[in-house]
Amino acid sequence: MLSRRFLIAAILVATFAAPVPAQDKSIVVASTTSTQDSGLFGHILPMFKAKTGIDVKVVAQGTGQALDTARRGDADVVFVHAKAQEEKFIADGFGVKRYPVMYNDFVLIGPKDDPAGIKGTKDVTAAFRTIKDKGVSFVSRGDKSGTHTAELNLWKAAGIDIAQDKGAWYKEIGQGMGAALNTAASMNGYVLADRGTWLAFKNRGDLEILVEGDRRLFNQYGIILVNPAQHPHVKADLGQAFIDWVVSPEGQQAIADYKIGGQQLFFPNATSGAP
Amino acid sequence: MADESSALMLLLSGDPTLFDIVRLSLVVSLAATALAGLIGFPLGAFLALVRFPGRTGLIVVLNAFMGLPPVVVGLVAYLMLSRSGPLGFLDLLFSPTAMVIAQSILVLPILASLTRQTVEDLWSEYRNELTALRVRPVLRVTTLLWDARFSLVTILLAGFGRAAAEVGTVMIVGGNIEGFSRTMTTAIALETSKGDLPLAIGLGIVLITIMITINALAWGVRRMGEIRAG
Repeated sequence: MLSRRFLIAAILVATFAAPVPAQDKSIVVASTTSTQDSGLFGHILPMFKAKTGIDVKVVAQGTGQALDTARRGDADVVFVHAKAQEEKFIADGFGVKRYPVMYNDFVLIGPKDDPAGIKGTKDVTAAFRTIKDKGVSFVSRGDKSGTHTAELNLWKAAGIDIAQDKGAWYKEIGQGMGAALNTAASMNGYVLADRGTWLAFKNRGDLEILVEGDRRLFNQYGIILVNPAQHPHVKADLGQAFIDWVVSPEGQQAIADYKIGGQQLFFPNATSGAP
Repeated sequence: MADESSALMLLLSGDPTLFDIVRLSLVVSLAATALAGLIGFPLGAFLALVRFPGRTGLIVVLNAFMGLPPVVVGLVAYLMLSRSGPLGFLDLLFSPTAMVIAQSILVLPILASLTRQTVEDLWSEYRNELTALRVRPVLRVTTLLWDARFSLVTILLAGFGRAAAEVGTVMIVGGNIEGFSRTMTTAIALETSKGDLPLAIGLGIVLITIMITINALAWGVRRMGEIRAG
């Protein structure tokens, strides 16, 4: 009797849990770990919901994976930060149009005692060369994310073929920004991070920002509606409503207002001829 | 330590966000266990009682699948439920329903394998009686399952524990969407990636406390049942 009762109870729970209202106003946005881990979405989405009644379901992945999710038709909008990949996504017919939204910058993080001796340099490629020459631990996202793409571009700019030259010092973890920072904190390694995630990150250990301000560390975010011509079920109206709001003065102000400890994390630039 | 106790405080003070996460975790894993039980119990009993070609192979595979990696189950379920997959038209990806389906795939081999073992042991005990009385096969299955009911509770708990503890499938097919598909385990993974280790540990303590409570309740219910059944 008991096992049957248990079963019946469980089935009842299941029947209440199973139906997901299909008529709700919601969209799926495939985005990056940086926008979620930094807390930006937690700040701006309630405002959008209050204004429009649209629920935005954020699936936070690396830029590469987010674009892939959208390519499969599993998202309505992508909100990512790797311009070349975004342009290819649109050229391949999966996206309608790319809108620049905001920027922040990447920073090179490392241990306070800085065994590579790169602190304070303004030339990030020189810092990368030193890290490689001295063979100090460097943690790479290794996940085709926007930050990983930016890192690979910096190695290239430094004249290093990282696929050839990586040694035991170069640790590709294949995980998100937070996991990379956790790894760097635990092994006192160097890591390239977006400033937003770094500012929101709590387990810093002995890490600090060593190199910043190089214009090559610029980090632009873009937003794209998934092409309904490819995936007819895409909620184009609701998705476009979200994009319109994000690039509107109101949405841009909401982004600018997001601060941690008085520091602004993202700088809106939808209307100022951004890349 | 402040944050660790703060997770417990949030729960005790009925923090709606944390409460929703806990509720979703329990509902998804209970539903997945129930769904797996509906298939796994009869399947296990059938395997115990009926001889057919390929039976041994099926048993070995089921036993091996007790250790299915959640991330693989999640990935397969993802490819099935994705809009570009064969079941994409159902529009289930990134929903609690998808999480229930994926977890029940994960739990099914555990329930079926352990049920088969239990029923087979009972069968060797009652074989003569049931054969002499010429009990029909369907009735044999229900009789033996009924007789094994207290063991089945333990088996259900093993399946439920597996479901509630895993993060691989619910992360992939649920998407860890705040307020919609975020569970205890994906929340712990998220807080870890934010570097908020104290809050992650606090959530872990909450999860373990809930698991102990559920198991204690189930044990009490089982004891009471055993006493009543003599």
